[in-house]
Amino acid sequence: MSLNEKNLNAMLDQYPAKVKRNRKKHIVIKDSSLAMQEIEANTRTIPGIITNRGCAFAGCKGVVLGPLKDVVHVVHGPIGCAYYSWLTRRNKAKSDDPEKNFLTYCVSTDMQESDIVFGGEKKLVRTIDEVVEIFKPSAITVSATCPVGLIGDDIQSVAREAGKRHGINVMAFSCEGYKGVSQSAGHHIANNGLMEWVIGQGDLEEPPGKYAINILGEYNIGGDGWEVERVLKDIGYTILTVMTGNGSYEELKNAHVSQLNLVQCHRSINYIAEMLEKKYGTPWLKVNFIGIRSTIESLRNMALYFGDPDLLARTEEVIARELARVEPVIEQYKKICFGKTAFSFVGGSRGHHYQGLYEELGIETVLAGYEFAHRDDYEGREVIPQIKTDADSKNIPELHVTPDEKRYRLKISEKRMAELQERIPLSNYKGIITDMKDGSIIVDDLNHFETEEFIKLLKPDIFSSGIKDKYVVQKMGIPSKQLHNYDYSGPYAGFNGAVNFARDISMCFASPTWNFIDPPWRNTPLLEGTIEEGEA
Amino acid sequence: MLDCTSKEIRKRAGGAINPAKTCQPIGAMYAALGIHKCLPHSHGSQGCCSYHRMHLTRHFREPVMASTSSFTEGASVFGGSANLKTAIKNVFAIYNPDVMAVHTTCLSETIGDDIPSIIKTSEVPEGKLVIHANTPSYQGSHITGFSNMVKGMVNYLSRATTEVKKEQVNIIPGFVNPGDMREIKGIVEAMGIKYIMFPDTSGVMDSPLTGRSVMYPGGGAKVEDIADAGNSKITLALGSYASSDAAHLLERNCGVPEMVLKTPIGIKATDQFLMALRQGFVKKIPYQMEEERGQLVDILTDTHYHFHGKKAALFGDPDVVIGLTEFLLSMGMKPVHVLTGTPGGVIGATVGDFEKEIKELLSISGIDGRVKAGGDLFDLHQWIKNEPVDLLIGNTYGKYIARAEDIPFVRVGFPILDRSVHSYLPIVGYRGAMRLVEMISGALLDRADRDAAEEDFELVM
Repeated sequence: MSLNEKNLNAMLDQYPAKVKRNRKKHIVIKDSSLAMQEIEANTRTIPGIITNRGCAFAGCKGVVLGPLKDVVHVVHGPIGCAYYSWLTRRNKAKSDDPEKNFLTYCVSTDMQESDIVFGGEKKLVRTIDEVVEIFKPSAITVSATCPVGLIGDDIQSVAREAGKRHGINVMAFSCEGYKGVSQSAGHHIANNGLMEWVIGQGDLEEPPGKYAINILGEYNIGGDGWEVERVLKDIGYTILTVMTGNGSYEELKNAHVSQLNLVQCHRSINYIAEMLEKKYGTPWLKVNFIGIRSTIESLRNMALYFGDPDLLARTEEVIARELARVEPVIEQYKKICFGKTAFSFVGGSRGHHYQGLYEELGIETVLAGYEFAHRDDYEGREVIPQIKTDADSKNIPELHVTPDEKRYRLKISEKRMAELQERIPLSNYKGIITDMKDGSIIVDDLNHFETEEFIKLLKPDIFSSGIKDKYVVQKMGIPSKQLHNYDYSGPYAGFNGAVNFARDISMCFASPTWNFIDPPWRNTPLLEGTIEEGEA
Repeated sequence: MLDCTSKEIRKRAGGAINPAKTCQPIGAMYAALGIHKCLPHSHGSQGCCSYHRMHLTRHFREPVMASTSSFTEGASVFGGSANLKTAIKNVFAIYNPDVMAVHTTCLSETIGDDIPSIIKTSEVPEGKLVIHANTPSYQGSHITGFSNMVKGMVNYLSRATTEVKKEQVNIIPGFVNPGDMREIKGIVEAMGIKYIMFPDTSGVMDSPLTGRSVMYPGGGAKVEDIADAGNSKITLALGSYASSDAAHLLERNCGVPEMVLKTPIGIKATDQFLMALRQGFVKKIPYQMEEERGQLVDILTDTHYHFHGKKAALFGDPDVVIGLTEFLLSMGMKPVHVLTGTPGGVIGATVGDFEKEIKELLSISGIDGRVKAGGDLFDLHQWIKNEPVDLLIGNTYGKYIARAEDIPFVRVGFPILDRSVHSYLPIVGYRGAMRLVEMISGALLDRADRDAAEEDFELVM
């Protein structure tokens, strides 16, 4: 059954009136006959609605900062925030020096009642001093949690003083959980800090190799970043830094010398991408390394940007070689997947990225959306001037950068930039809605009620989202694929990733376990016998 | 792995490194899921609620439902009253539970939101209930949060309404898995005693896959039963940290005598549990229990050479670790490092003293071990570096130490995120003890097989 305004309304009528008015604006049925379709996004969560969203702390420490492997991340707060963000996101990392990879450690100031009453600054100081003594890191981040802002601990000055005392970079992030309306605020806060205190602190003035790039918004979940790097290095690119999967503080400092910045996750890193362009004159390219077609397109766009025939030729060589290797493998999985439908509801970027890969397997995405993306991720960056910051997000600081007097350099001429922008998403992102088929549903901040209702209406063959609804959906007899943590598999990016994904999705469908849901006695009548009265 | 952990121990006065505990609200959420048709509600910013749901879901591989007040910065400054009222209205209108069980976070506790007053002035539909517990994350641990929510249940629901106490026992099982709760109920049923268990997550956190989505599964303690707990003859609180405060309150409010027992892990604690049931209700111990016990003794005797004299390190939640320590000692093992992240002496709590209790157990067996409450896994790892062990027992986080030090590892406790089925099977009772013996023996023998020279590799062990 397809969804129309009528049955969407019937569904929303089950809500209290006020909730209905609100939620209606967060749901769009794609209709390409309309010039533009506006969706409401990045607004406060309705209390009691059972959202999937997390908080600013998760967006800052959990997502952006946490993967930096040679940095010790101190969480200033009661134990929970540090504990839940300890090894739970699968941002992989490896290091030549095992004593410079701190990702298996969880450091918290473990605030107690007395710290709430008398302030926690002293304990934070002690914790930082001990971290320096034990770990000898080249940098430390301090992330604030909910009570820190309320009791007025000045983590910025504690960090500054500690930095001076120890002669290392100690950076404080005021990412209290209540800031903004979701993880998104935390991304912004982390971006500001990395731009202000890390990027550009290195000594390099020129890139150390040909075709120097950074990969932004790639967190190496299940090894995604490594698979992308494998291909890019093979083509001949010099990768300066990845933000921040398997990322390193030392590399990040020299991110300013790149000639092009790739943006995988637009939502979490577009702030740095923009600031790098403004400060150093480096354009960014929206890429998508999920799916074979998107990967190829991204590789060709990169080659086009550099405009070097050798690079172009090498790009096509690698593409041909990889295709020849993976296509036959994927072909066998297509037979299992073909003709099926999917929901794709993930954080702030994958809801879009995976649609192409699904399509390659013959699976149509009938509903997609984000927990915490903004209107530009839905509608494209051209709506940015129309977005009004509401009261809940206005306190998230904007960092204003200006062109660097010494280092600003136009990487390509304005004329060429304009030409390229006609052809490739250079410093631009067109959003999820444009890529979706007419009649498909786009939902922002999908909640538990809507999850169940949309499943009843659209009966998808697979539901891809996160851990909180995975088991809910599976109880309904529908396969569920986690697209945050890949169900502990991966990589899913690049050529090898597409094969892994095809294999895993096929396994979701082909598992014999689905055949056992109904016990045999439910549909088999008892052998009928008759009891005749009077007989012994 | 964990290459920055040095052997040399220096005193730390800062926070925790690799904690052996988490914060209160997740315990309260788990307890609330043990009420039939209850939706837990987290009064704070939504990050906590998501984290707690995720973590419970990863341990149980089950849906974990909970709502949140979704604080914004405005609410954090001016109070979260409006958020909670809106949430209560929406939850009943959209999700229709019988009970909403509200817990707090460090945010709403620091602000000082007065939850009872907010509930009183909220729109709660006829016949529906909203209960609450204060669960500040900066006190105690998730076990404290569990205890506080169970206390909240007693506070809001339990009433003494009969002149004479009924021939029924209250059982507060503590922070254990649904598989354990089923085992405890099975024991009490085998004894033929009428009982009320709360909270009870069996049938909720181990629900079947049927092809239908059920927001509130069939399990969970019924509200009328928790109410009737005020009329019971006695309350058995299993595990002093998780259960004794609620039992104490039940005694004070409703005159139901309390008896605090160890979580029935191992032979001694299970014996004590059965003796308490017999004493309270003068019933003959049924043959089934005697048979199970005899089977356990048989197994322990048959296999004692697998584990006797082996040194173990163990960590986890205090009630479970106390039970495990006692059982390891009765197996002839040597628990030389014993640690919990949950601190002792939490304000307002009537719970016991972990360090004292463990040291007494060890000294009876003549073992001089390291014991710490409020410790972390950095401590435990350093202890192990200084005095190596043959076996490590604890939750999933222990696997990093087990790998770093190449120690056989048995997963027991909360959370276990990297293995399945564990939450369905008990570690309590005689049958739970059999399972522990199997896991411990298995881990030690797998290691022996792995390490044996080819000529020493044995068929029969």
